[in-house]
Amino acid sequence: MSAAVLPRIAVVGNPNTGKSTLFNALTGLRQRVGNYPGVTVARKSGTCDLGGGKLVELMDLPGLYSLAAISPDEQVVMDVLLGRYQGTPAPDAVLVVCDATNLLRNCFLVSQIAELGLPVVLVINQADVARDRGIEIDVEKLAERLGISVALVSAWRGEGLAEVRRLLDAALTTTQRLRRVAWPKAVSEAVTEVATQAARDTGRTVPEVLAQRLLFDVAPTVAESLGWPEQARLPVLKAARERIRAAGMNPPAAEPLIHYAQLRQDLEGVVCGSSKPTKTAAVDRLLLHRGLGPVFFAAIMLGIFWTVFALAKLPMEGIQWAVDWARGVVAPSLETTPVLQSLVTDGIIGGVGAFLVFLPQIAFLFLLVGILEDSGYMARAAFIMDRLFGWCGLNGKSFVPLLSGYACAIPGILATRTIEDPRARLATAFAVPFMSCSARFPVYALMCSAFIGPWYGSGWESIAMVGMHLVGLLVAVPVTFILTRVVLKVRPAPFVLELPRYQLPKMRDVLWRVWQSVAEFIRKAGTVIFALTIIIWVLSYFPRDLEQSAEVKNQALASGATPERADALAQAALVENSWMGRMGKGLQPVFDPAGFDWKLTVGVLASFPAREVIVSTLGITYALGEEVGADSEQLRDAMRSATWTDGPRTGKPIFTLPTILALMVFFALCSQCGSTVATLAQESGGWKWAAASFVLMTTLAWLAAVSVYQLGSALL
Amino acid sequence: MVSLSLLMPGQSGKLVSLNTERPVDQRLMALGLIPGMVITVIRRAPLGDPVEFRFNGVEICLRLQEAAEIWVDVAADCPIPRPPQP
Repeated sequence: MSAAVLPRIAVVGNPNTGKSTLFNALTGLRQRVGNYPGVTVARKSGTCDLGGGKLVELMDLPGLYSLAAISPDEQVVMDVLLGRYQGTPAPDAVLVVCDATNLLRNCFLVSQIAELGLPVVLVINQADVARDRGIEIDVEKLAERLGISVALVSAWRGEGLAEVRRLLDAALTTTQRLRRVAWPKAVSEAVTEVATQAARDTGRTVPEVLAQRLLFDVAPTVAESLGWPEQARLPVLKAARERIRAAGMNPPAAEPLIHYAQLRQDLEGVVCGSSKPTKTAAVDRLLLHRGLGPVFFAAIMLGIFWTVFALAKLPMEGIQWAVDWARGVVAPSLETTPVLQSLVTDGIIGGVGAFLVFLPQIAFLFLLVGILEDSGYMARAAFIMDRLFGWCGLNGKSFVPLLSGYACAIPGILATRTIEDPRARLATAFAVPFMSCSARFPVYALMCSAFIGPWYGSGWESIAMVGMHLVGLLVAVPVTFILTRVVLKVRPAPFVLELPRYQLPKMRDVLWRVWQSVAEFIRKAGTVIFALTIIIWVLSYFPRDLEQSAEVKNQALASGATPERADALAQAALVENSWMGRMGKGLQPVFDPAGFDWKLTVGVLASFPAREVIVSTLGITYALGEEVGADSEQLRDAMRSATWTDGPRTGKPIFTLPTILALMVFFALCSQCGSTVATLAQESGGWKWAAASFVLMTTLAWLAAVSVYQLGSALL
Repeated sequence: MVSLSLLMPGQSGKLVSLNTERPVDQRLMALGLIPGMVITVIRRAPLGDPVEFRFNGVEICLRLQEAAEIWVDVAADCPIPRPPQP
């Protein structure tokens, strides 16, 4: 392939038109995925062979109903079409995808695209569905009326793709343009006026299509992206809108009224045939039934949760086994240099394993979410759940990410991509880590089975377990409410939820998205998780006082301990003297008000990269070796008999009810997962929100733990 | 003329006006909800809100709060809906 810049064609269309299926069909696997700078909008482009080795670059833009930009996604479309991104000039042509079953509504966007003055190819997709419904479209007549080439295709079945390639090729050299609507004089004068003034105030050229957005749009998204200051902008827009009003039109309504009047004429005689009642309506009578709808919904969600929680366990255990196997294979060959051995086995292999282990959950969730989205059910789920989430600034689509959060926050945060509203998307991603993920389970299990069960019986043990799973949710609700109402300055997208036609998902598209999410996670979050693991390894390995640990071992052996016990004591001494151990002792006063001793503090600190580490860390600090699990009877015994060795509580047990509750609450709320923080940074487009989440969750966790301990100690 | 939020499932109305100053109404107009367009209430969500409507060949859900500022004329043979009892 030559290094010459390929001709660029933008692909736009309404949501649910099969645009991405067409894009995938035209580009195959020759795709690149990234992000647009500064916004969390996926940037997808791919190479398409038009025939005879002639290549073009297709850019798949976010689906939208209108160029009137409210969300960042829509702003991106406008910016790409106008070539306003640094280093990416305006496209050479535009491919507009329309839905054959509802041409009138889809053509509104076509009318707006016409204003760009670029060559346009109109692709009417889902021809097979329209045919089944008895809808006939006279493509010739439409092409003649609009003044451009039109193709009728079915991307799902791969019909008509050759025609699309031929038309794209022709569009690159054509001088024909999509016919523009005849604007009334008052409107075109107002547009010119706005364009001139905006160009003067911002020092940039403002094309007419942009001036139309400034004039017609209610939301100031475009004006803000242009950097046109409000005090200069408002009087100009007011005067221009006044001019339209003087001509007897309502400025915000002028555009749709004029376009739709023209489109009705254009489509007269183009679309024929009655639309039969659809299967979708019949299915919805069942799936959206007031009584049965929620039952189906609950069943589907349980299925998803089970898949992510239980089914993904199998491959996760496989990965864990492979990691352990790799450790076992590598370790003997490095026995001569213990530092290298520990770095490779605990640091590097452990670090790779730390993010590989998330891949099954991510893949499963994205597979199911992809099926839900492409089948059309996701919109229904949002419809059913919206009332529960809308009041605190989230929306119905927040449910799936939050539910996944109970298995693992990583796939949950990634699944927020399905939420169109940028404010709800960010707020949901922020709320997901509060959900009690499966990695918190071992902590609860250890504390409940070691103390609450034996003390108060299994009834209270179960109540404590359930309660801990609700703590995060209870805290997340007010946090989200405050976040969306006070903190987030992101403009909420209007809630206009389309219920698309049900259709069979195209598995190739779904699997392709699964692969893209997994690859992106490895590339972005994976590197961060790996680095974090190495840092924690360094902190808990160095400085290695081998003499002192040997002394501890010898003393233990001399006093009649078994060799295993002596080794465990030696290992505990190494950790106590590591930087991590010293930090634990140094920071213990911070956690003292929550009733944590230095061993618990080390456990808390060591758990920041991954909270499940707490159990094995406690195993090491309580000198039981690192192979203990949450069900270890030895660890329970060691904890039950642990007492304070200094301070005012000397001799009293460390693990009292207030300490246990404080520890569990701390783990329920604290941001102890490097992978989550890294994923949040990846999805929110920067470290700002990830850092905010970390600080907020950790602070809340500390406050809650201290409150629980102090209140508990005062009451008991 | 009644507010769209008062129509019961199965009832239709012809659009008279909407609040053109809101982004949500600009989006609805782009979808073809312009004066004279017939809009039908399909169903309410199980929890009562949002509500599914059909117009211009699309099924669109809106929250009651947003639908309240959309005004329609109900056909003469249709009973004028009364607000739901509290």
